Amino acid sequence: MTADLAVVGAGPAGLTAAATAARLGLDVTLLDAAQRPGGQLYRHPAGGPVPRPVRRLVRRLDRVTHLPHHHVWTVVRDGDTWLLHAVAGPDEAPAAVRARAVLLATGAYERQLPFPGWTLPGVVGAGGAQAMLKGGLALPGTGAPPAGTGPGAGGRIVVAGSGPLLLAVATTLAAAGARVPVLVEASGPAAYARHAAALARNPAKLFQGALYGGALLHRTTRLLTRHAVTAAHGTTRLEAVTVTRLDPDWRPVPGTGRRVPCDALAVGHGLVPQLELATGLGCATRRTPDGTPAVEVDAEQRTSVPGLWAAGETCGVGGAELASAEGEIAALSVAGRRPPAAAARRRARLRAFADALAAAHRPGPGWTDWLDGATEVCRCEEVTAARIRAAVTDLGARDARSVKLLTRAGMGWCQGRTCGPAVARLAGRDPAPDRRPLSCPVPLSQLAQPPGAEK
Amino acid sequence: MPDAVIVGAGVVGAACAYYASRAGLTVTVVDRGPVAAGTTGAGEGNLLVSDKEAGPELDLALLSTRLWRELAGTLPPETEYERKGGLVVATDGAALTALRAFAEGQTKAGVEAYEIPADGLGDLEPHLAPGLAGAFHYPEDAQVQPAMAAAQLLRAARADVRLGQEVTAVLTDRGGAVRGVRTSHGDLHAPAVVNATGTWGKALARLAGVHLPVLPRRGFVLVTEPLPPRLVRHKVYAADYIAGVASGSAGLRSSAVVEGTPAGTVLIGATRERVGFDRTLSTEALRRLAARAVDLFPVLAGVRAIRAYHGFRPYLPDHLPAIGPDPRVPGLYHACGHEGAGIGLAPATGLLVAAALCDDPPPLDPEPFRPDRFDDTEGAAS
Repeated sequence: MTADLAVVGAGPAGLTAAATAARLGLDVTLLDAAQRPGGQLYRHPAGGPVPRPVRRLVRRLDRVTHLPHHHVWTVVRDGDTWLLHAVAGPDEAPAAVRARAVLLATGAYERQLPFPGWTLPGVVGAGGAQAMLKGGLALPGTGAPPAGTGPGAGGRIVVAGSGPLLLAVATTLAAAGARVPVLVEASGPAAYARHAAALARNPAKLFQGALYGGALLHRTTRLLTRHAVTAAHGTTRLEAVTVTRLDPDWRPVPGTGRRVPCDALAVGHGLVPQLELATGLGCATRRTPDGTPAVEVDAEQRTSVPGLWAAGETCGVGGAELASAEGEIAALSVAGRRPPAAAARRRARLRAFADALAAAHRPGPGWTDWLDGATEVCRCEEVTAARIRAAVTDLGARDARSVKLLTRAGMGWCQGRTCGPAVARLAGRDPAPDRRPLSCPVPLSQLAQPPGAEK
Repeated sequence: MPDAVIVGAGVVGAACAYYASRAGLTVTVVDRGPVAAGTTGAGEGNLLVSDKEAGPELDLALLSTRLWRELAGTLPPETEYERKGGLVVATDGAALTALRAFAEGQTKAGVEAYEIPADGLGDLEPHLAPGLAGAFHYPEDAQVQPAMAAAQLLRAARADVRLGQEVTAVLTDRGGAVRGVRTSHGDLHAPAVVNATGTWGKALARLAGVHLPVLPRRGFVLVTEPLPPRLVRHKVYAADYIAGVASGSAGLRSSAVVEGTPAGTVLIGATRERVGFDRTLSTEALRRLAARAVDLFPVLAGVRAIRAYHGFRPYLPDHLPAIGPDPRVPGLYHACGHEGAGIGLAPATGLLVAAALCDDPPPLDPEPFRPDRFDDTEGAAS
């Protein structure tokens, strides 16, 4: 059978879209790689309490065919319908869904900028740290949670990087009982001032609010703006980090580094849209103000490819509220309804805010100065910064792809998701739209006999 | 002013630069992208004699095989030259008979080929499927890391390399002779221009006012997760691959050359289809590749593919490259249209082009590769 709409991704955008479309009478199938709905933002452990915003959305899914633990590896056109191929469940069973329209709500993943020592145990992604806590797991570096305490209890965790996610992470960590001695943000209030129109009349205050708002953190956590963790130290695991002042281009200011002892470091430089399904289908992309490619959509969330919609972080990172707004508009559009003017205005306002934030937290080109030659930039294939630089200066590489061909950076398990933006920068480029024809590993036996899906 | 401008920083352009420079010429290499960004970077690095029937292409491949062996001693080890050998298997008696005749012709032309009986296959490839009729072993088949090979050849050529500069015109004098190229970054003057633009060779030829019918022929390659070393030891493929290479059909031709890499991944390639520059994924192409690979090595069924990529082979109607001076435009030389064999054929191509540039006697008969051998009427029309 053919669904009216297949939604890929069960985060805020996908859940809202699926529920809205079903309410409008469409036959909707929702596929998601995770076991529980909610996406990265509302991640929660199986069996645990469902976060309130998800509960509200999930209640509206009763008429939606929800296929959890289905990782869509490709979408192909088949006549006038779409065929979605997925790897399903822990056994990686083959699955296929046929639909007349597809909405891509594949979300985003965390941007990592490497620094010396970032591969030490105890250094985790900021989003990853939050996900682990939400998933009921102990943070590396803090040991097993003592009975009766939160999972992060007792450990000193430095939170560093750039972007509004850091505050949320620090708050979650503190709520779990961790001590967050310092929150290190690479951007400064001046970056906000440049985008004041979209952000607020009082950028400095907003900046503080956005990064430092939680009362929970107020007494215990020091906020250092225009600083970065430029090195992590330890022999078998993390013992301390070096925090250094940055110039406006994020170049470390010599002589300003100081050592901060800690048990763990949660570090991230914002999020980047997950694009491979969209680029694989030939969707046009735009560059968001932080230099990252995102799917280009029109006022009704239509991509450049007929029959294909996109919503949420895939179209540019902007948070749950924007993602939901876009999911709703997309569902209306798929159903042939014109989105109400109020929804369009709300979307425009939220998108402008998101773009201003992206501009304010755009990684400065000077961050590459904190790498030393031996820093492993691609962890999967163990490719150092020195080798990448040599490929550029001596061998004729000029972008992430040619660096990959000459050094194997980005050829390993993560397929460049972790190192891609960093490698592009080392080659002197903004990252190009991701091209990954297989969006996840697929057993050869399944490729050899892909299941059909009845019309 | 350099003696020649070479357009294209793929492996063929790099080899032209290397041999021209070794012959004492100064060359400038210009490319709109990075090094090896076109078909070279999408290739598997095959240096094959096994898939070529006796004839001019095999002669070119045999010369190249010798040159690659020489180069392996000169270029740094990152080039990853490995003479791993090819194993062409026959699934049934009829295929084996055909393969035997094919190999006999090759042997007469100077190729080393040894028949391996069915019960000897396990010694060469322990994980090969049971029930195969037999195979031929080609010890001369070899391998390089193609992008690195291009980069190292270019480096060894000590050429003036201009990357990120697109050629927008071929400059000619009043008599119609080439005097350089115009690029996005200014004019480059030289008495000779070499078209080493691979799959884009038709467009560059058109800039010079001549017709060269290079067409793209798409291929997909699958890459598995890393596996234990020496799971697959040779370049292994079924005899029907040879039919695919020589086929002119526009439809999807597939076969699976299965081979291990130093990184532990196994490469499975490649399909052949003429679909223009279509970059969308073909699940049918992947299905056939995966199925053929699992047929040859059942152990791969449970293995995951972590990546798929595609490239566009530069294809000429008679499956031979265009190499040498273009009599229609004095000073214009071609070195393109090598289809899926460009990595392998690059050194011999470079040597031929260098000889032509210096007016030296060619290392082998260049006549079958004449760039003006195709009907010109289509060029006039298009």
